[in-house]
Amino acid sequence: MALIDTINPLLTTGWAKGDAGWSLKDYEARGGYKQLRRVLESKMTQDDLIAEVKKSVLRGRGGAGFPTGLKWSFMPKAAPEKYVVCNTDEGEPGTFKDRDLLRFDPHSTIEGMIIAGYAVGAKRGYNYIHGEIFEIYQRFEEALDQARAAGYLGNNILGSDFSFDLFAHHGWGAYICGEETGLLESIEGKKGQPRYKPPFPANFGLYGKPTTINNTETFAAIPFILGMGGEAYLNLGKPNNGGTKLFSVSGHVNRPGNYEVPMGTPFAKLLEMAGGMRGGRKLKAVIPGGSSAPVLPADVMMDCTMDYDSIAKAGSMLGSGAVIVMDETVCMVKALERLSYFYYEESCGQCTPCREGSGWLYRVVHRIEHGQGRAEDLDLLNRVTDNMMGKTICALADAAAFPVRSFIKHFKSEFEYHIENKKCLVDPDIQRAGSGFFKAGAA
Amino acid sequence: MNTQNTLLCPELSAESLLKIDREVAKYPADQKQSAVMAALVIAQDEKGWLSKETIAAVAGYLGMPPIAAYEVASFYNMYDLHPVGKYKLTVCTNLPCALSGGVHAADYVKEKLGIDFNETTADGKFTLKEGECMGACGDAPVMLVNNKRMCSFMLPEQIDKLLAECK
Repeated sequence: MALIDTINPLLTTGWAKGDAGWSLKDYEARGGYKQLRRVLESKMTQDDLIAEVKKSVLRGRGGAGFPTGLKWSFMPKAAPEKYVVCNTDEGEPGTFKDRDLLRFDPHSTIEGMIIAGYAVGAKRGYNYIHGEIFEIYQRFEEALDQARAAGYLGNNILGSDFSFDLFAHHGWGAYICGEETGLLESIEGKKGQPRYKPPFPANFGLYGKPTTINNTETFAAIPFILGMGGEAYLNLGKPNNGGTKLFSVSGHVNRPGNYEVPMGTPFAKLLEMAGGMRGGRKLKAVIPGGSSAPVLPADVMMDCTMDYDSIAKAGSMLGSGAVIVMDETVCMVKALERLSYFYYEESCGQCTPCREGSGWLYRVVHRIEHGQGRAEDLDLLNRVTDNMMGKTICALADAAAFPVRSFIKHFKSEFEYHIENKKCLVDPDIQRAGSGFFKAGAA
Repeated sequence: MNTQNTLLCPELSAESLLKIDREVAKYPADQKQSAVMAALVIAQDEKGWLSKETIAAVAGYLGMPPIAAYEVASFYNMYDLHPVGKYKLTVCTNLPCALSGGVHAADYVKEKLGIDFNETTADGKFTLKEGECMGACGDAPVMLVNNKRMCSFMLPEQIDKLLAECK
């Protein structure tokens, strides 16, 4: 889906021609690989490069929002073998921005990764691409071939003494590999089960070597940051929330899709860009940062701006920028049941609180949805989440718990209605009509 | 070279082994196991599904224990450890897709084919699977055909068209 409406487009400047504008010559015509050339020809020092990225206050676009420049500075200077890894294992329900980035403009990510390799002293990189998007993986492989043939990858890039090569690793269906150490295990040819941290990847990463892992959108922003300068990039957004960000808007809007806006843009504006509510119906709730982020009721969300700090203050997370919009036709118990099933299905099984807890959450929400809920079930759900959060190797247990706690917190009366009346508060016919799958009037 | 590979791994075609070699070349020389995910995909493409024998053959070719390859094959969702129909349809029913008809799309396919999730039609043509997020929520409802082809905006007319296309 091509972009419809943007403010200050950066990452999406290359998307204008849709599938016809992704190749190397198009990217070069847009000024692509100019920043890599400048870094190499001016022999920019690693410290200066990292300082520029720090100035931009670019924060990790995959979900955690960790400052990118700081992450790069953790890489030990002396290590002989280091890696740069890109996380395009985009499986967080609601998120579909990295797919479009690699589809419409794969070379910005490639250039960003090469520059990152230079900054941290790595000679090799991998881009881990989500299993379900094979066509995108193929395109990225093709883009790599183009970059290699043009001398942007390989030995002595553009005649400099810097060498770097980059490869694509294709996933095959495991949400947990979006967790950075699970992803590293997966590249090593194992089950994608997350590792204990510390040690962090900057010290013990891929094949046990120092590794920098960033999200696709983070790497893609690097050439633009160098082009305009870190400070100018920061000023596009708001303090501590630099630059622009892609938001994947899905659910009950007229024009689902990716929208690039400056950090700090009001949610109301983003909703307007996505064409407003489908059928003019009333907004009920929004999950602002992918399915792992706590849900927010409509009135709270309408007062938010789209940046890490505002959404955190409202009690949720900006996460990956996946905005799941729900209107009044949604049964919140059914919505939660679907999310809880997802975490139950995707728990890697390594930690007991997550493996068992995610199953308990799903089964209890399932029985409430199916008219078999018990009066004590809401307390039980909260107790189970208490036993999961912060008690596991990775954050999947927390990700499974957040939706449960927030759905119950904000929509408690709907859950209670379900338990007492053994049915949805929202009429099933209204729910059915809400999806837009059936033509109006059809059975 | 090809002949030699085929001797090492008679279970797989020379063409598949060549593809696996290209994957192995992406990783450091002492990290052949990194290619196991890709190698299992290549084997699945050739055989239609992954039997224990096929998995063991892939493991042998990459010089890793068969159980390590089996762990990988059983961990990732898109490996088929049992035979599937000629067309494996995977429908995403996760929340963002469901809001735009993902569950209804799955129900529609079930009714059309007369099968439930994880079942195959009697003629062996279609297998239906329930999928988790495919990272294309803006295109909902979304379906995958044989793991590699993504179909977007799958409303009733598009589903009818797709099913008719699958000969």
